[in-house]
Amino acid sequence: MSFISYLINGISLGSVYAIIALGYTMVYGIAKMLNFAHGDVIMVGGFTIFFAVSMQGFPSIVGILLAVVLCTLLGITIEYIAYRPLRQAASSLAVLITAIGVSYFLQNMALLIFGANTKAFTSVVTVPAIKLAEGQIMISGETIVTIISCIVIMIGLTLFINKTKAGQAMLAVSEDKGAAQLMGINVNGTISLTFAIGSALAAIAGMLLCSAYPSLTPYTGSMPGIKAFVAAVFGGIGSIPGALIGGIVLGIIEILGKAYISSQMADAIVFLVLIVVLLVKPTGILGKKIKEKV
Amino acid sequence: MAMLEIKDLEVYYGMIQAIKGVSFEVNEGEVIALIGANGAGKTTILHTITGLLEAKKGSVVFDDKDITKTPAHKIVSMGMAHVPEGRRVFANLSVLQNLKMGAYTRKDKDEIAGNLETVYRRFPRLEERQNQLAGTLSGGEQQMLAMGRALMSQPRIILMDEPSMGLSPIFVNEIFDIIKEVSASGTTVLLVEQNAKKALSISNRAYVLETGKIVLEGKASELLNNDSIKKAYLGE
Repeated sequence: MSFISYLINGISLGSVYAIIALGYTMVYGIAKMLNFAHGDVIMVGGFTIFFAVSMQGFPSIVGILLAVVLCTLLGITIEYIAYRPLRQAASSLAVLITAIGVSYFLQNMALLIFGANTKAFTSVVTVPAIKLAEGQIMISGETIVTIISCIVIMIGLTLFINKTKAGQAMLAVSEDKGAAQLMGINVNGTISLTFAIGSALAAIAGMLLCSAYPSLTPYTGSMPGIKAFVAAVFGGIGSIPGALIGGIVLGIIEILGKAYISSQMADAIVFLVLIVVLLVKPTGILGKKIKEKV
Repeated sequence: MAMLEIKDLEVYYGMIQAIKGVSFEVNEGEVIALIGANGAGKTTILHTITGLLEAKKGSVVFDDKDITKTPAHKIVSMGMAHVPEGRRVFANLSVLQNLKMGAYTRKDKDEIAGNLETVYRRFPRLEERQNQLAGTLSGGEQQMLAMGRALMSQPRIILMDEPSMGLSPIFVNEIFDIIKEVSASGTTVLLVEQNAKKALSISNRAYVLETGKIVLEGKASELLNNDSIKKAYLGE
């Protein structure tokens, strides 16, 4: 029975990774860059909720909405100030290094405002836990909300991309920016929208993550961010279903690794799996083959 | 009054000057050919007209409006479509999705459906393959798709960059027939081609470009009989 509990916990953690991985994978697919500050947007979302709910006493829903709005604006601003001016840069390393810089900037801003002490985050999830199999398996409210959120987000995003004009524009920009412009698509606007969506999802991930693991520091987003990046690469970076599969698989490996092998080694196992996958299939599980055009 | 007027255009790639003061004009209803060797600057000029590249000096005037600084994504809704070199269809989207992308700026659903019908009538092959991914089409079919996609915006002028490149002789003839049809249906055409003979045979006037400068211009029929053109571009 404990195996099933571990599995459910793994799916839950994996759902958070998947939601974060979406931000990485969409930005990579459309702007062709790795936004290493993405994990820290999760932390900003966590602190926003902490500030609004725990410090100011606003209702949870207000805190969550505030976090989503703030992170969306933050994502758009980061792209506009830090990444857009470098889009024509000769080296794609320039924007990568800038992203790392933005990551440190966000961490240190949080350090400056909230200090280094770990904050006790009060869960904003009010869904009651459910018991299965005569009480042998307990699924927490956080787990239920996390898994449902992940499903809703995946369906919503897939519909958005396939059914709306803005979604189709994203597909076009991800394939060929120049040709997309000739169709009348505003490439800068489309990239802004991508950052907005990714960052809004990061805020939700922050809410879910901090509710399940209720401690908050300026570095809270860093490790989940890196693991979600691993999940995105694992599933095939640029692919939305890939982010889902990569996230869930990674979450399950991590929890099962912690339970059955060693809790200290769990992270090492996660990265080991990444290395093996990349050796066997360099484009990830659902990654597209890179076509060389003549 | 010219529909499209290029004046003293200068374009740089970094420090290197690619276009060294080019002026020409396209009148409504004409087919204009821009011919010249590889690297003469033909593609650069088209990219500058539609805003994919920035001009350092000079101007591009379309319908009496200066569009030199207009961003690329605002050009198509003004009535100018660009079929880029190498076709650049969206390989992972279906033929139908590609065509709909061409009508991205159009709002009226009935109008889009009508345009789609017109495009399918002109390119029956695209209709047969409408659910196929564009990347799986042959080169000639991709060229048809790129043209169809451009026509979906109902342009008044269409810029075509090397439409015959890499195609078999049969497809080359087919593509040029289509360009004639497009012109006959009232759309102005600015055609960039290395295949000078073919291009001149369907054009009203032409400009000959050499390393970023126009060295010769005139009626297409006269250029076809020009000795230096014959030697340099027609292989006679």
